[in-house]
Amino acid sequence: MSHVHDHDADHESVYAGLTGGDDSRWAFGTDFEDPLAGIDTTLPDGVDAAALSQYCLMLGDDALIYSHRLSQWASNAPDLEEDIALANVALDLLGQARLLLVRAAAADGDLVPALPEGSPVPDEDALAFFRDEAAFRNVRFVEPENGDFAVTMARLLVFSTFRLAVMQRLVGSHDTVLSAIAAKAVKELTYHRDYAGRWFLTLAQGTGESRRRLLAALTLVWPLYDELFRTHPVEALLAEQGVGVDPAAVADDVAVLLEQVFSVSGTDRPDVPAAGPVGTGMGRDGMHSEAMGPLLAEMQVVARAHPSGRW
Amino acid sequence: MVTLPSTDTTRREETARALAAQVTDPEMPMLTLEDLGVLRDVSSGDRGQILVTITPTYSGCPAMGAMRDDLLHALRDHGFDDVEIRVRLHPAWSSDWISARGRAALVEHGISVPGAAARHDGPVPLTLLPVPRALTCPRCDSVEVSLVSEFGSTACKAMYRCACCLEPFEHVKEI
Ligand SMILES: [Zn+2]
Repeated sequence: MSHVHDHDADHESVYAGLTGGDDSRWAFGTDFEDPLAGIDTTLPDGVDAAALSQYCLMLGDDALIYSHRLSQWASNAPDLEEDIALANVALDLLGQARLLLVRAAAADGDLVPALPEGSPVPDEDALAFFRDEAAFRNVRFVEPENGDFAVTMARLLVFSTFRLAVMQRLVGSHDTVLSAIAAKAVKELTYHRDYAGRWFLTLAQGTGESRRRLLAALTLVWPLYDELFRTHPVEALLAEQGVGVDPAAVADDVAVLLEQVFSVSGTDRPDVPAAGPVGTGMGRDGMHSEAMGPLLAEMQVVARAHPSGRW
Repeated sequence: MVTLPSTDTTRREETARALAAQVTDPEMPMLTLEDLGVLRDVSSGDRGQILVTITPTYSGCPAMGAMRDDLLHALRDHGFDDVEIRVRLHPAWSSDWISARGRAALVEHGISVPGAAARHDGPVPLTLLPVPRALTCPRCDSVEVSLVSEFGSTACKAMYRCACCLEPFEHVKEI
């Protein structure tokens, strides 16, 4: 294709209109060559590139995996408004994931899976679609099946409260890229948390059936709660360097905020034992729950069938 | 020694800026990228290329690719062959950046305009009841409007309905 553009000619066919006649538009719908184009991605002094990269994967994978899970509600939600709301939440998280995976790849290119020579698949897509399960660094909290609407709202309330607390602190990161990504994420997550919190209250104070389902949902999501605040050595290291956030440091803030919701809703913090590790580790160590394999299979199958990015 | 930009460079930048400023938002075509506040800067780079800086409205805004291509088209079609589109993430885009002209265009097209975005110095407070916005229906000016959803057809909009004319309408969210 030529790089000389004629606007009118481009819009003569539907396909050309969609792609803009631009080679940078990849078959899978990647829409921006580099979402960090022109941004200074130099590492702050004294920061270990490999550690920063791993840290970006952790935050990026949390958003990526949860975004995929939430996107499964598209066309399945109780009504059109909730369908659109959940798709919007999933899209915001996907955007955060993309920026974080690009940041991970820019900090340490070694962790990007190798693709066939000449493949136009960008680094963030290679990370999302061509890593195997053990290379994912997300917490297990975001992996389980959606369950019913009450389970989804209970999980979204906890996750968005946790992520908002982390991102608020991350705004102070010495890494200017992480700081900027976090500042944007705070605005988006505020809407997500309010949305889930309002539904939590509505379901708790609704009918006997909605309350029964909500209480069951809370018990169901809670065993993976503690893992959110378990500090991985990479998180500890980056928190020490003023670049990352130690999740243990936000545990109290998260608990206090959730307590507000519980108290208004007339519910209690569940008293159920925390899930144990998988073998020797948890999500941040690459040890995942049973739900992760099928989720990745669904998320990655199309990209893996076309590693050269063309069909 | 300070090198002042030559008149030629300045004129070229001004032309490029004027072209970029006419490019419209793919999702809300009544707004230019300048009115939306997405277009942050147009300048010249070291090798004489035109540098266009944009700030995404939302992290996952799917229109960013189209904006980039439309900016490239607009400039290349007028002889600017070397154009570089750059992203600026900081400060994050705010609905406060939508210009007065942009707000007038939204209203004219039946879209409700955002109020002032909230600013937080400390922790972001939880709001379990929808924060009432002082809105009027863009069609009939009634204040009898109610929120349908904080999420709408694009990442930047909420959905409302009017109890007076019974029509639904979109509201650009404060962010
Ligand atoms: Zn009306």
